Amino acid sequence: MKADPSGVLVGTHFIDGDHAACEGALAAGCRFVAGYPITPSTEVVERFAARIPLVGGVFIQLEDEIASSIAIQGAVWGGKKVMTVTSGPGLSLMMEHIGLAAITECPCVFVDVQRGGPSTGLPTLPAQADMMQVKWGSHGDYEPIALSPNSPQECFDLMIKAFNLAEMYRVPVFFMMDEVVGHMTERVVIPPADQIEVVERRWTAKKPAEYRPYETNGNMVPDMVKAGDGYRIHITGLTHDERGYPSMTPATQDKLVRRLLNKIRLNADKLLDVREEHTEDADVTVISFGITSRVATAAVDDARAQGLKVGHARLVITWPFPAARIAALAERTKVFLVPELNMGQMVQEVERAVAGRAKVVSIPHAGGTVHEPETILAKIMEAAR
Amino acid sequence: MSTEQAVLDGLEIDNPVMPYLRKDRIPHIWCPGCGIGTTVNCFARALGESGLDLDKVAVVSGIGCTGRVAGYMNLDSFHTTHGRPIPFATGLKLANPELKVVVYSGDGDLFAIGGNHFFHAARRNMDLMVVCINNHTYGMTGGQLAPTTPMGATQTTMPYGNFEQPFNLPFIADACGAVYVARWTVYHVKQITRAMKEGLSKRGFAFIEIISPCPTLYSRRNRLGDGVDMVKYYKEKSVIKNGANTKEVDLSFQGEITVGKFVDRERTTWLDGMNDHFSKVFGSKFKKYGVHHVED
Ligand SMILES: Cc1ncc(C[n+]2csc(CCOP(=O)(O)OP(=O)(O)O)c2C)c(N)n1
Ligand code: SF4
Ligand SMILES: [Mg+2]
Repeated sequence: MKADPSGVLVGTHFIDGDHAACEGALAAGCRFVAGYPITPSTEVVERFAARIPLVGGVFIQLEDEIASSIAIQGAVWGGKKVMTVTSGPGLSLMMEHIGLAAITECPCVFVDVQRGGPSTGLPTLPAQADMMQVKWGSHGDYEPIALSPNSPQECFDLMIKAFNLAEMYRVPVFFMMDEVVGHMTERVVIPPADQIEVVERRWTAKKPAEYRPYETNGNMVPDMVKAGDGYRIHITGLTHDERGYPSMTPATQDKLVRRLLNKIRLNADKLLDVREEHTEDADVTVISFGITSRVATAAVDDARAQGLKVGHARLVITWPFPAARIAALAERTKVFLVPELNMGQMVQEVERAVAGRAKVVSIPHAGGTVHEPETILAKIMEAAR
Repeated sequence: MSTEQAVLDGLEIDNPVMPYLRKDRIPHIWCPGCGIGTTVNCFARALGESGLDLDKVAVVSGIGCTGRVAGYMNLDSFHTTHGRPIPFATGLKLANPELKVVVYSGDGDLFAIGGNHFFHAARRNMDLMVVCINNHTYGMTGGQLAPTTPMGATQTTMPYGNFEQPFNLPFIADACGAVYVARWTVYHVKQITRAMKEGLSKRGFAFIEIISPCPTLYSRRNRLGDGVDMVKYYKEKSVIKNGANTKEVDLSFQGEITVGKFVDRERTTWLDGMNDHFSKVFGSKFKKYGVHHVED
């Protein structure tokens, strides 16, 4: 389907990533946002609050992030596409409701404009240190989707993808920005609505008497309904059967949890978005994501200019982790370098995927600024030796 | 025929509230003598008498014995997380304003872990009916201290008797701006039904507190007898004072219980306020949200 033009601010703009992310959400059809202010994410909701009255929808500033992260789920069952926006401390408060979204299969987008942590940390400065938290932070087993934009333009483009993936897989989708991407101002081109592909919610074709909320039709993702349409659904955070009714048996648990994981794991090939440069002949491959990829690009270009066989694989979808692709790269590459604005998170996934077939070197950074390109270049030189 | 089936068949023939329940989920989990079921009976009758299209009524619960109510109602129903039914209901209502949304949860859920949400939803006059089953305890987890446990009552985590001051729930609701505030006990089934009917027809934040026995934990631990003994106590010690000053309706251990409709007033709801305000700010460019527009 094409985007609803009422939310699409067609044109060429000079805006920062936070504002672009908001425009992406509006273009994707997001019509309900609940949030609580926190630097460096606040501009996203400020813009939404300013824009939504004339687009047609609701913004509400709630009392905290716990409320925001569940109000959006109520709004999903009321029929809306939704988002909440936060940064580290708020994300920490949202954890219980990420699990609720996972088990109830509630399509929603969580924007995390990352800043330095732990705790209040560096409120106004960047980090990429929430990567593992969104994967593992809520209790129990679940598989989220996460995307990492590296520019304001991508904050727009990938936000639409984030909403589309939320609808396709009915999982919480994390939009992993960082302070630099959020606050950097660049040119953002917003195309006309008829050039924006939007995935609508897949409503059931069944009548209320035949409908079961968690019955899958072969593709592991059940069709939805909303409250008020006569289906009289029951939705619970308890382990449930196909009717949505609580069922406290190991067998139901096994069936449900396996499906929740498999709808992502078995579709990993469709959820692959790794943007590669020079990886065909690379002896050394830099793996990066988000803002760090822009620093890495500079370092890789420098090294290439010096004749080194170095490649760059940028993870755009960071969760599910593209393990199969990294494993394939390990057939040729001898050393992987993993710069990230944390003390070594995604590098663990790289190590797991590479499984000893190549050397994996972490280039950690505690946050507060981005890496120096020279730091990455020096590591490339060292690895290429 | 199994005894369970016999019970079900009997229910189908005799029980006028059965159409409001999910028959395939009965029997319920509540203990004999528990007051929660009585309130559900009242809720079903209130729904029936309200004249509302039940396809447009949703119920949202948190976690606890009372939190299980959502799962038994034959409505769109949501069993959420502990303490958070109010913000979930807020999102549901704002996303689909044609719904009547009822929050049905326990005293611990709504006033301990979820207290902040209650205050703010009442302040905003969010259009919700909130029913709180106050059994003075955490039933689901085995009888721990609640923010409503009277001074002197014993709980597993107050083994020598409670020395903390409990909340006066109607006073909180009143102070935060609820437009309808009532308290009844499970002895007052007719009044509960009427209050729920009024709450369902009220625009804005309506709050109904229902004092309810937890014979398994609260009464037994405090040697207060069974469910019937508790209802006898409610009958003997309840004093109806409609319009009472909510400041003066504190509860004490086995003391007098002031019941009645304390507050019934009008105030602009959050959504009406938003629509009115944006109509002023943006003029005809603004299309009222959640209101059907007739194209001409
Ligand atoms: C975040 C979280 N903390 C604690 C619990 C455990 N828990 C479940 S129900 C409950 C208290 C319920 O008390 P109340 O709301 O009064 O309901 P009742 O069972 O008395 O009806 C608690 C503490 C939980 N489920 N979630
Ligand atoms: S534990 Fe108490 S509140 Fe829970 S069902 Fe039993 S009697 Fe009712
Ligand atoms: Mg209780």
